[in-house]
Amino acid sequence: MALLETKDLGIVFGGLKALDDVYLKIEEKEIIGLIGPNGAGKTTVFNLLTGVYTPTKGAIRFMGKSIIGKKPYQINRIGIARTFQNIRLFKAMTVLDNVKVAMQQHRRYNVVSAMFRLPPYWKEERKMTEEARELLKIFDMEDVAEQQASNLPYGQQRKLEILRALAARPKLLLLDEPAAGMNPTETHELMETIRRIREMFGVAILLIEHDMSLVMGVCERIYVLDYGTLIADGTPEEIRSNEKVIKAYLGG
Amino acid sequence: MDFITQLLNGLGLGSIYALIALGYSMVYGIVQLINFAHGDIIMVGGYALYVMLVIAGMPLWLAVLAPIVVCGLAGVLIERLAYQRLLTHNAERISLLITALGVSIFLQNLFMLLFKSDAKTMPPMFGSGVFELGGLSVTYSTLINIVVSVVMMIGLQMLVNRTKIGKAMQATSEDAGAAKLMGINTNKIIIITFAVGSILAAVGAVLYCNTYPQIKPTMGNLLGLKAFVAAVLGGIGSIPGAMLGGYLLGVLEQLTKAYITTEVTDAVVFAILIVVLLVRPAGLMGKNRKEKV
Repeated sequence: MALLETKDLGIVFGGLKALDDVYLKIEEKEIIGLIGPNGAGKTTVFNLLTGVYTPTKGAIRFMGKSIIGKKPYQINRIGIARTFQNIRLFKAMTVLDNVKVAMQQHRRYNVVSAMFRLPPYWKEERKMTEEARELLKIFDMEDVAEQQASNLPYGQQRKLEILRALAARPKLLLLDEPAAGMNPTETHELMETIRRIREMFGVAILLIEHDMSLVMGVCERIYVLDYGTLIADGTPEEIRSNEKVIKAYLGG
Repeated sequence: MDFITQLLNGLGLGSIYALIALGYSMVYGIVQLINFAHGDIIMVGGYALYVMLVIAGMPLWLAVLAPIVVCGLAGVLIERLAYQRLLTHNAERISLLITALGVSIFLQNLFMLLFKSDAKTMPPMFGSGVFELGGLSVTYSTLINIVVSVVMMIGLQMLVNRTKIGKAMQATSEDAGAAKLMGINTNKIIIITFAVGSILAAVGAVLYCNTYPQIKPTMGNLLGLKAFVAAVLGGIGSIPGAMLGGYLLGVLEQLTKAYITTEVTDAVVFAILIVVLLVRPAGLMGKNRKEKV
């Protein structure tokens, strides 16, 4: 059974077919790329998978169960987490709190014990802080834990978004242009980190990216979208030499 | 000494404004809605207290719990019935505002129907004695107002900054869309915010009825408006701002009454509001939101 499978997935926005007939299949611990020209519908796929939009047709099955109609927070809790193309951190909160707020949703201690500082609160709170700090270590960000998220440089904000998504312990991580705005060195580092995250967390990763060096370097399979439909899928080598893909990217 | 007495009286009055202002500010912070029905929650609390204390003849300690429960429920009910659908469908803010006004008018008329429109007198409740020290003389109820409001504020700060619900509130207020995708049930957080805001207003209602022992169905209008002014003065969306705005408004009002004239109190108070907002458009503790162009 695939971790995630979509069949005939489509959505119409006021008469415009934004996506049509999208078939995706992601196995556990795979790293998959989703590419295509601007406006091809890549982020729309993410929005469908995370419940932001409800598809007008087709099926999405995650771990064998349909997730259509589930709310975004429910989908996050069953194991699909994401980052955003334009960074959407909780900027007024600290780096540590950004991570903790995303992990605490499956924690159980009640308001009363929190207000009166009862032992269960302390225990849970300490455990969460430790875990959050562990997560920050992945990107060497322990020393900025207490800083306000908005004070981080751009590259670290992107990294923090990935950590915040990982805090929910997802089985599938969706990365929306993780390398946007990064220089070649940073992009190369990111490639290593993506592999490391897969090993550490046993998570499958679906990533949208325009940086072909990253996509070709890290992805095991790639899906190509153009005008809302899939025009190709295969290994990086296959995609590189695919006529339709070359045409879609170069025009003509 | 007289000045300090007036200052304390102002803080006592301001404590009530502050407690109500917190509800405006919290709700605004989380759903960008000016909940004009919030003032009427005080009125609902006042009548809940009246029914328990005067009509049912319950003991005071039991009666003061009634507004807490009734207002909390009323806040949740109003959110569910009147606002939730609009919020989940991303309705225009103006529709929400009009709905809020509608809820306010509905509540006032409902209570006129139930209790007639004339004012009811509350029996004396607590702290009617006078505290004297040197030249200082204030009623105990004034001191109780101040202490209770400070305690509530500390509790609220702890809730917002130290608990997971509070963190989720902050996240929802900053970016509800992202919060949902991080596993936060924003609907639940919004309901909790309304409940907490209304419970604070209920405490305000008890203190108000004790200090100014008269209730009527339209009492929420001016009281709500002033608390709203306090919230804006402090910087709407900011919790410490709402408290500061409340105290400041109370003190200004009291000092104007004591040293200038009683007749133009509201004119002076609102003039100060206009001046403050001209100088600091985001309020005293509000943050200027920078818009990216």
